Amino acid sequence: MRRIRFWGTRGSLPVALTARDVRRKIAAALRDAAGRSFVTDGEIDEYIDGLAFDVAGTYGGHTSCVELETGDAEYVVCDLGSGLRPFGQAAIARHGPAAPQTYHLFVSHLHWDHIMGLPFFTPAYIPGNRVIFYGGHAELEHALRRQMEPPSFPVPFSTFNAAIEFVHLEPGRVHDVAGMRVTLKRQHHTGDSYGYRFEKNGHTVVYTTDSEHKLADPEESAGFAEFFREADVVIFDAMYSLAEATSVKADWGHSSNIVGVELCQLARARQFCMFHHEPALDDTAISKVLAETRRFEEITRTGAALQVTTAYDGMEIRL
Amino acid sequence: MQFASRHYGNVIVAVPSGRIDHAAAAPFELALAPLLGNSDASGLVLDFGSVDYISSVGLRVLMIAAKQLRARKARIAVTTLQPVVAEIFKISRFDAVVEVFPSLRGALGALSPEARDAYDAG
Ligand SMILES: [Zn+2]
Ligand SMILES: [Zn+2]
Repeated sequence: MRRIRFWGTRGSLPVALTARDVRRKIAAALRDAAGRSFVTDGEIDEYIDGLAFDVAGTYGGHTSCVELETGDAEYVVCDLGSGLRPFGQAAIARHGPAAPQTYHLFVSHLHWDHIMGLPFFTPAYIPGNRVIFYGGHAELEHALRRQMEPPSFPVPFSTFNAAIEFVHLEPGRVHDVAGMRVTLKRQHHTGDSYGYRFEKNGHTVVYTTDSEHKLADPEESAGFAEFFREADVVIFDAMYSLAEATSVKADWGHSSNIVGVELCQLARARQFCMFHHEPALDDTAISKVLAETRRFEEITRTGAALQVTTAYDGMEIRL
Repeated sequence: MQFASRHYGNVIVAVPSGRIDHAAAAPFELALAPLLGNSDASGLVLDFGSVDYISSVGLRVLMIAAKQLRARKARIAVTTLQPVVAEIFKISRFDAVVEVFPSLRGALGALSPEARDAYDAG
């Protein structure tokens, strides 16, 4: 396991920056420049690198799609959100359309935001490619076919010319996929969702999204801490604040930054990566939550420090 | 965690102390339960002056208490938060769920002038 690459990090629904958002970022950058002048591109880059991320960048708007670079030639991806489209284009650009590739696609659950990218996944239409879907849901194939049926979509699933396979995974069992040790855990979410733990060459990545932690049962929390045990990175559904997740949005199937940090501390994980951002939050709001979560980790730290990050479309984590 | 409570007029003041962590959340919930059922009380103030830390499970107990009190139109407030606990309230957004006051007297005054008078009378 070498690297994690995020292609889609938004929860529930894709979002896009508006002209107004871009204008606000440009205005903030110009204000910050305060009359400075730039001669070379290098000076411009240096200035941009010094700006806050919510001014110079954006967390992005594609729904869940995360690539794991395992060090193997075969591709491994978690979830088929709208980020799957740019992932597929990048893979084709890298190898050319004629070189056959294998894609291992793990599906957390069948909600729309986690499967909507599949109809736009070009490698599935190319003969010679191999596309293997993995998941804990018995209805996985049905759900993927149904979203491409009329009147919802003009191109049926049967148009895929790649070799398509479905592999049903059982929670609690160890699966060997693409040289990785893969285990999954059933999570609280309408219709169930599954978290994945991927291990290879001494590195561990946990992908746990669309998962509500009820907090009432200490054994349940201990079970998740065990699932996250000493992971290098835990990619965690931190969609809501703890107050929202325990009140108005209780039973909506999502969790918070606070619970994520606590579970990762309990698990002695090394990095907590917030994921599945609430569509209503703009870049400034997500940056604020990141700063607050880092502070929360600091004031609750008992052992080694837990690194706190928040995912954005295009972000890479080197392992 | 230690726990004490007393009345000022028609307001109950609960005084937990120590860490309300995962181990203390269940005793905290049990200690609060009889106070929530008191239908004569118009409100509950939690004096957090001696609380060093509260975890998500402890905050969940507070949410349950807030819901139960609100269902019978009673109010809930916390006071005298230590700086770290105040930060936890802010980061978890619990400062928007329960009213936060800097002093016990201020909280009592906001909930019920009668309770504040009782407090001033000692
Ligand atoms: Zn989702
Ligand atoms: Zn979902």
